[in-house]
Amino acid sequence: MGAGANELLVWASGPGLAIALAVCFAGIALRLVEIFAPGRRPDLAAPRAVTPGSGMRTVWTRSLPPQGMLRRSPATYLGGYVFHAGFFVVVVFAVPHIAVVRDLAGIGWPGLPEAVIDAAAAAGIAALAVLLASRLLDPVKRLLSGFGDYFAWVLSMLPLVTGFAAHHGLHPDYALLLALHILSAEALLVALPFTKLAHAFTAFVARWYNGDISARKGVAS
Amino acid sequence: MSPESGFERGYRALREAIDAPAASFFSSCVHCGLCAEACLFYTETHDPKYAPVRKLEPLRRIWRREHTLLGRLAKLAGLGAPVGDAMLAEWSELVYDSCSLCGRCSMVCPVGIDIAYLVRKLREGMSAAGHAPPGLVAATKRAVETGSPMGVTWRAVQAQIRHVEADTGLPVPVDQEGAEYLVILSSMEAINYPEYLAALARIFRQAGASWTMCSAGFEATNSGIQIGDNDVARRLVSRIVDAAERLKVKAVISPECGHAYTALRWEGPNLMGRAFPFEVLHVLEVLDALRRQGRLRTRGRKAEPLTFHDPCQLARRGGVVDEPRALLGMVAGDFRETADYGTMNWCCGGGGGVSANDRAEELRLKAFVRKKDQIDALGVGTVVTACANCRTTLEDGIEHYGMTLEVIGLTELVAQYLAEDGDPGPQARNPATAPA
Repeated sequence: MGAGANELLVWASGPGLAIALAVCFAGIALRLVEIFAPGRRPDLAAPRAVTPGSGMRTVWTRSLPPQGMLRRSPATYLGGYVFHAGFFVVVVFAVPHIAVVRDLAGIGWPGLPEAVIDAAAAAGIAALAVLLASRLLDPVKRLLSGFGDYFAWVLSMLPLVTGFAAHHGLHPDYALLLALHILSAEALLVALPFTKLAHAFTAFVARWYNGDISARKGVAS
Repeated sequence: MSPESGFERGYRALREAIDAPAASFFSSCVHCGLCAEACLFYTETHDPKYAPVRKLEPLRRIWRREHTLLGRLAKLAGLGAPVGDAMLAEWSELVYDSCSLCGRCSMVCPVGIDIAYLVRKLREGMSAAGHAPPGLVAATKRAVETGSPMGVTWRAVQAQIRHVEADTGLPVPVDQEGAEYLVILSSMEAINYPEYLAALARIFRQAGASWTMCSAGFEATNSGIQIGDNDVARRLVSRIVDAAERLKVKAVISPECGHAYTALRWEGPNLMGRAFPFEVLHVLEVLDALRRQGRLRTRGRKAEPLTFHDPCQLARRGGVVDEPRALLGMVAGDFRETADYGTMNWCCGGGGGVSANDRAEELRLKAFVRKKDQIDALGVGTVVTACANCRTTLEDGIEHYGMTLEVIGLTELVAQYLAEDGDPGPQARNPATAPA
């Protein structure tokens, strides 16, 4: 307690953060190069003149469950929505997070009240718990899952739990909790481009291609 | 250098099949399992091995090992999951028997993976490595050697033409240069459903459209697409393209067959490496255009309740959804839609070569229960469709489950209600929309 935790905190919020951000951005660039490098042969089939679909349309519409699907897999959809929304609200609108961005980039925006952030974090944690249970109990998800899926789950859960614990002083050494929180967020940043968490940026590319392939045939996917 | 083994050929085909869309798809999967809920081979068996994205595992591994930095490093270090010939052999059932390329999973994946697009690519490697099912291999061999996967020769088609001419009293033009439309047939139509050709002869007579068949290019079925052999697919498509160019037709009419339409309309120009100087239209697109021009006139309607089964390659993978409904609006008195009709329609289970794959029969009949339940819920006595392969699969399922249902092609149904000469019918020619 004390000096060690403080040193850790200084490292995590200084060089640690710089390294994590650099790895994250370089990793995203690498993954995008890997995606686009194989190229795409031009489609010589004449596309339909009139089509209800487009790549951009599918980028947006895939965020909603197709008809009948919510009923078939409610845990996946509701767990997914609550986790993503909770995580987004906490990351973007917690006042201390905005302060970090202001420090680094000189821009800021109004934060949300602590109670809202608290509720969002709790909802995110609960949703992750539901998603893990579903992954372990659903035969399809269990068969599809490997180390990467559980690793990504841990990486998503740790920043939420440590942030929640630090904020509520669940351990007497605040500096240690805060350092662990920052380190867990940095682990998430470093892993993001190289694990399935990459879907945070690749899914928009995938949705666009999906929508474009269908749109050319006159279908809104 | 030793010659390339079958497996090496397959591996190379898979490595080369990865393009930017495929790389984006594999980069995005979160293993949520939602694709399984959209796949009739999973919903009707509850066997998790049929989760669509899992069927892609050999291709995903090759993408990872050959197209990502970390995967290549892992490969160099002797780490990471490899792909061997035994794995491809094991996956043959998943890639061919339990996937009809219907593309329903591609519509629901929340990150946007077009799974059917990738299964089609995976089949290229599977077939090159020698792991395509024997039924499809035999059909493909027949297609290359005789011109048709079911061994239908031009002489057999000629015999059918003579029957159709005798039945209808109308000529079936052959090898006529300068005709507007080139008509081709699927094997199934040539053998089992001569009604289709008879219906077209009568419809074109009424519409005053000029058409022809071609003795050197009559087969629309493309086993190369189903099995995943692009060389064969190209050869089969080129027969039709040569015929259309030699006869200088304005359009080729793809018959009532789903994947034949995909083969010629969407894959054809890409297989040939050039755009076509003629249009490719599905027969329902042609009939609907004639309807809009007032050149298709019917009289009376079928009073008994009926439904329409959307062929996947036509609706979800082809964009032909409104045309059959407009045509049914002319001839159906009591048309009832199944749940999830149109682009979210459930497959009959026989597409993508599944119906030509003997070893898949038991699974296909299990998967058919989805369609059976949908049809049973409607209380109809007739299922109309626009794909001879769907039609055979439906008839097989109906027979297997002891259902009492008639299955009929939409072109044939329309022809049954054609207005006779001199009878303007209820859809009388509208001068405002008639062609000049």
